[in-house]
Parts: sequence; C-alpha cells; structure tokens
Amino acid sequence: MTAVLVGSDAADWSELLELATFQGGFNATIVTIGTMMLGISAGVVGVFALLRRRALVADALSHATLPGIAIAFMASILLGGDGRSLPLLLAGAAVSGVAGVLAIQALGRWTRLREDASIAIVLSVSFGIGVVLLSWIQSNEPSSSAGLDHFIYGRTASMLPGDAWTMSLLAVVTVTLTTTLRREFGLVCFDRDFAISTGWPVGLIDLLMLGLVVLVTVAGLQAVGIVLVVAMIVIPPVAARFWTDRLRVLLVLSGTLGGLGGWFGAVISAGLPNQPAGAVIVLTTGAVFAISMLLAPRRGVIAIALRRFALRIRMEGDHVLEAAWDHAADRGIDHPRLEVDMLRRIARERGWTPLFNRLVRMALHRSRMIMKTSAGSIELTPSGRRRGATVARNHLLWERYLTTHADVAPNHVDWSVDQVEHVLSAELVASLEEALVAEGVDVPPRESSP
Amino acid sequence: MNSLDPALDLFPLAASILAAITCGVLGNFLLLRRESLMGDAISHGVLPGLVIGFLITGDRSPFTMLIGATVAGIATVLLVMLVRRLGRVEAGAAMGVVFSVLFALGVLLIERAARQTDIDADCVLHGQLETLAWYDAPALWRDVPAWTTIESIPRQVWGLVIACLLACGFVIAFFKELRLAAFDPGLASSLGLRPRAIDLVTMVLVAIATVASFEAVGSILVIAMLICPAATARLLTDRLSRQVLLSVVVAIATAVLGYRAATVVPSWFDDESVNAAGSMAMTAGIILVAAILLAPVHGVVSRSIRSRRLARRIAVDDLLATLLRTEEARSPDAVPASAVNLLRPPKPAAIERARRSGLVEGRSGSDLRLTEDGRRVARDVLRRHRLWETYLVEEAGLSPDHVHDPAEVLEHLGPIPSIRSSRDPHGRPIPDPD
Repeated sequence: MTAVLVGSDAADWSELLELATFQGGFNATIVTIGTMMLGISAGVVGVFALLRRRALVADALSHATLPGIAIAFMASILLGGDGRSLPLLLAGAAVSGVAGVLAIQALGRWTRLREDASIAIVLSVSFGIGVVLLSWIQSNEPSSSAGLDHFIYGRTASMLPGDAWTMSLLAVVTVTLTTTLRREFGLVCFDRDFAISTGWPVGLIDLLMLGLVVLVTVAGLQAVGIVLVVAMIVIPPVAARFWTDRLRVLLVLSGTLGGLGGWFGAVISAGLPNQPAGAVIVLTTGAVFAISMLLAPRRGVIAIALRRFALRIRMEGDHVLEAAWDHAADRGIDHPRLEVDMLRRIARERGWTPLFNRLVRMALHRSRMIMKTSAGSIELTPSGRRRGATVARNHLLWERYLTTHADVAPNHVDWSVDQVEHVLSAELVASLEEALVAEGVDVPPRESSP
Repeated sequence: MNSLDPALDLFPLAASILAAITCGVLGNFLLLRRESLMGDAISHGVLPGLVIGFLITGDRSPFTMLIGATVAGIATVLLVMLVRRLGRVEAGAAMGVVFSVLFALGVLLIERAARQTDIDADCVLHGQLETLAWYDAPALWRDVPAWTTIESIPRQVWGLVIACLLACGFVIAFFKELRLAAFDPGLASSLGLRPRAIDLVTMVLVAIATVASFEAVGSILVIAMLICPAATARLLTDRLSRQVLLSVVVAIATAVLGYRAATVVPSWFDDESVNAAGSMAMTAGIILVAAILLAPVHGVVSRSIRSRRLARRIAVDDLLATLLRTEEARSPDAVPASAVNLLRPPKPAAIERARRSGLVEGRSGSDLRLTEDGRRVARDVLRRHRLWETYLVEEAGLSPDHVHDPAEVLEHLGPIPSIRSSRDPHGRPIPDPD
C-alpha cells in the first residue's frame, strides 16, 4: 500500500528538501507558497463553516460552480475571446456557486424538504448541468476547451506568480476578517437567536461568512478541484476541534493545519511524479484528523475510552468497599475486611474477568482504600471505611428516592455514583433519611469532611 | 440520429432505467431518515475500492472491482458512523471528512496505476454509457426479442438487474419495518425492529446500488437519482407507499426523458449529443422544479393560490364587518370608544368582489350598504371577533386594549371559542348566531 502511495520511483530526498524549504526553483516556490496560503485561508474560513453546520453546503457550492465555469467559457467564446480568461471563468464559478447556495435556501424556504435533501439536490443537479455543458463544449469547441476539466480535479502546477500573490492576499483578507470578527461570527454560529435579539445584523454577518467560503472555494478550484476543495475547508477545523474548546485557538490550529497540508501537498506533488497536490493535501490533513481523533487529550477516542474505563474501575471498587462495609456493619465488626468469598461473589455477580478483578484491587490499593494487615488479610483503611459508608448511604437513599418519588419499580433501581446530597435538596435527603430510620434501617451518617 | 437504435441505445437505456429505479426506491428512505447526503458520500467513497480491487488482481476483472467497491462503500458508511459516534463530529462534517479522504486516496491510487489501466476518475463521475453499445445488434427493434440471448446482455446490465431486484425486494419485504424506522425509530426499537440494523442494511444496499450503477451511469447520476425522484414524490403525496411507487415512476421517466434529451435537444441545433448521465441528472432537477411549482397540495403555485384566496375572503369579511361596525356606531346606544381608528379603509377590489357576490349594494363611499346576505356574514365575523376578544380577556388574561389585533386574525382562522357572553370586553353586543 505504502509502496503504491509513495511510488517505486526513487524519491530524491535532497530535491524534496529543497522544495520544502522554498529553494526548489522559482516556479516550485510560487506553487508552494500559493497552495500554503490557500490552505491557511481554507482552514480559518472552515472553522465557521463547521460551527455553522455548513460543511456540506461548501460541497454543494463547489459542485455548483461547474455550470458557471462552462457558461463563462461559452460567453467568452461568443464574445470573441478564447475562453481561457481565468478571471472570467472564476467569476462565472462564483456566480453559479452563490446561485447554488441560494437554491439550497430557496428549497428550504419553499418546500418541505430538509436541508440535507436540498444540499444533495443542488449538488447533483448542478453538477449534472455542468457535465452536460462541458460535454457540449468539448464536442463543439474541442481545440480551445482543453483544460476546462482541470477544474474538477485541480492542477496546482498551473499556478502563476500572480496566483500566488492572489492567494496571499486571500489569506491576509480571510485571516484578518476571521480574527477581528471572530466574536461576531462565533455568536451567530453558537446562538443565533441571542444575536438577533441583541440587534446584531445577523443576516449580514451570515452573508459575510458565506462570502468567505465562496471566495476560498473559487480560489481553490484551480489548485485542488471541485471535488476536493470541500476537504480543505472541512478537515482542518474538524481535526483542530479535537484539541480545543476555545475559538481563538481553534482558528490558529485550523489555519496552521490547513497551511501545513497545502505546503506538504505542493512539495510532494512537485517533487514526486504522479502525485496530484489536491489528493496529497487531503490525505495529509486527513491523517492529522485521524491522529487527532485517536490521540487528542480530552476529546480523543483513546482518552475517552480510558476515562470510561477508569470510571468503571472506580465504580466497581466502590462496590467492593460498600459490600465490605455492609458485611462488617451487619456483624458489628469494627474493621471491615475483604473476605475471599465476598470478592468471589461480587466478581461473579458483576461479571468480572480475573484480570479486571486484579485491576480493581490494585486501584483500591493505590488510592489507599484497602491495605494488607500483618495477619495477611486485606482490611479497609479509614478512608476506605468512609468511602464504603458513603456509598452505602447513597445507595440506600437513592433507592428510596427512586421508588417513592420517581415511580421506578424497586427492582429497576440501582445506585449511582452521584452523591445524593449533590443532586437532591437537603430537606428531601433529610426526609428520606428520617423515613428509612423510622423503618429501622441503619443509615450510615453523612461523611463529615475531614 | 433522432430515433432510437437497438445497437446504440438498448442497453444504455436499460442500464439507465435500472439504475434509476434502484436508486430511486432506496432514496425514499434516505430522504426520510435525513441521510440523503450518504449517497454522495458513498459514491465518492467507492473510488479507492475500485482501484485497489484492480491493483490486487492486475486486470479489469469486473468481479474483483465490484467486491473492492462494495467493501469500500460499506467502509464509507461504517467510517462515517464511527467518526460521528466516537469523534462526536456533526453528521455533515463527518461525511465531508470521510468521503473526501477516501476520494483523495482513490485519485492518488489512480494516478499511480494510470500506466497500467484505463480507469480514470472521470468515468466514475460521468459514467460510460457508450461502452454499452451492442455491436452485433439487429437493425430493427422488432427483431430484438428474437436476437436477445443471455450472452449479449453486458455484465453492467446484469449487475444492475441484481441490484434492482435486491433493492426492490428489500423495500417490499421490509416495508413495514422501513416505514416505522423512518418515522418513529424509538417505537421501532421498542417493538424490537432494530432501526439501526435497518439503517445499516439500507446503506449497504445504497453502496451496492452505487457500485452497480457507477460504471454505466456514473456517480453524479447516482446521487441525483438517490435524491431527486424521492424528493419529487415526497412533494406529490403524503403516503409513503404512494411516495415509493411515484418515485419509481418519476425515476423511469427521468431516465427515459434525460436519455432522449441528450441526443434530441442538441440535434435541434445540429450539434453532437451531450453526456447522457449529466442530461438525466438535469432532467431529474427539471422534474423536481416542476413538482415544487405545480404539486397539487404542497406546490408553490397551489399554495400561493390558496393563500391569495384566503386573503381575498379576509378582505371581504373585513369590509362587511367594517360596514356593520359603522352602522352600530351610528345607532343611539353605541359605545363611544376609539372605534373609528379600528376601521380600516376597505380595498376597492374587495368592494367590487362583495358587490358581485351580492353582499353589499349601493355606490362606494358612504352610500355602501350591507344586503341581507352580507349582514349575515358580517354578524358572523363580528360575533367571532367579539367572542375571541372576550376569550382573550377572560381566559388568556390579556388586557382589553390588547385584544383587538389578535382577534382580528383569529376571527378569520380559528374555531369559535366556546365561551358564553352577550357583551365583549368593550361593552359592545355580541351578535347571536343565525
């Protein structure tokens, strides 16, 4: 697989290094800088497209540019040009892309179709129109239309010095606008109603955000193409989102990732044969996404799984402590112990594997809830006893609360790790306790803070 | 040029129709489950599977490519679910990430493999209907049944026949489950119908449909057919069974009309025919727009006619009520309130309409009088208005000077409030029902 991706052609590492450090010749440097700037722009603009839940609107937008490109080409031929004027083609792309977005909004406004359906409709129908127009052009103007379909997959190598300047200007504009207006943009994304009620020009702000997406999409068409430009807008912010909850950090991370992806893609596609930049950019940022999803410290899949496992270990440990405490309290023993029978029973009832059993006990040891006595038995420490009593108390009170106040059948009740005092009011806890004591149940006292 | 030719058109048309039916049927459930974009994601995501299938065997054996693509399609579905659940990424963004990465992988693999193969990403997007031409076909349509042998049917068409049977069979066999899973997944799972499994099977079938269709008609048409016929049918009916049947009819019509239009319309300008798959996607859009405008109940036109009719009725009702209020104000025991500013100047068109229906008589201006019929209607409107005012004050707790405007709306739309009173909050009499 790797062999296929990287290629059997011997990679010239020194050449790659030169390209990577902007010393690979004028043209390569132009392309690298231009693609990098495009990546930065797409990264920062994508943050708000993601937060505004417009990720796939960008996809429909990019597909909807195709008819515009074709029509602009035809118009240019009719007016006597050769149809290759890039500004005209991109203007056509922008107009029909915006028309596509308006069509999505009109479908939402005038029909009962949901947004996902509207996006899919605009995407497929407008791309179909584009394909029809392109095939018409190709059969009628075969000589001058060569290269029009580069817009579908993109071609970074066609970037000119002027394009690199345009991309840099685009990056300056998008970065400046998104950083200075991040509060306004963020508010419209997160709490539109509040923004409206406080009198913000929500429609205008929304339009500006959309306008930035249109700009980046149209700018990216030439480099990465219609199908993959959405990836430059969507992947960096989604990957960055795993690492932070702060908008400012998100913008920086997403822009940086976009820029890195653009840089890497341009270097690889210039240095190795048959490596289209768009695909390399998408795969690079995609790999960063996969790593982020797995490894991010708080939102990453592994971190979440570990947290859940730790919680489960703690809950099972609580079970052990509670059982030991109950056992001792029933018999009036001062020093609750972990009996072998008891542990075996709990392990069976809760379906522990032997390994899990060891982990639970190790965790109890490490948190100094249990200790080995000189006689060789395992005894609860003072803090273990306190914990056991608290858990037993919570269990009793929750059970009572759920059966008397929440109409839950008694055999459906299980205790929760939440401390009853944290959820229910003091008066309610007191009355539950009173009722239990009146029935002769021995309720452990509330843990006094040491 | 302008008539269908068995050699050139039989199998492409058959493939288009079969693809349209397969996708159209499945699209109904994507639409209802709000997963329409999954078709988009899957049809992009199959690309690496196709190429890997090719690279493994080294030849363009349809079987391995089909398996590779089906695996990739199912992988797309699972990856999107994985990213959504585990990464807690919003559905649209999850699809965007997954399908663009897979598509990029496919593009890269194709570039690597380009020297060994003739597959390219274009044929995945646009399809290659022209490869289905039947070179030793009979020249005349009436000879076709005699000529058609099993061997002469291209494998793409066979693939589509199988996909179509699978999709239709699944929808017919599990219609009840699909309906419940689409409209009330909670109830479905409490009845033990496992809506998630049904979702997954639907997605797998979408993947199979995509793979079976892509070579003939291309992924753009797949996306269009997964959404447009179902959306069109959804605008035409409220019953799911009817919607599914209608979507099949629309899908067939789209395929046939789009296929013909690709040849016929350019021929009017003496041009070469255009891409048929694109033309079908375009036709699907045109049919959908027609449905949006002309659908009997949910269409834009019929809705605007209804609302215009309502506006006219309201204008006449308001005119009649105004005349009755003016009569009241002239009577000696009138309640002297700010009644005058409540009276809106009647619209000339409303006066004309009321006169034609025999509700008013006399010249416009101060001479305008209610007829007997008009008086009956006006009393009814005024009765509703004042009952609503009373209701809003007594039951909803609004203050009397805030109830006129809401009552002005409710008198035309709402039912009569069940409240008994002979005077409204301003002390004016409430007319008795006739």
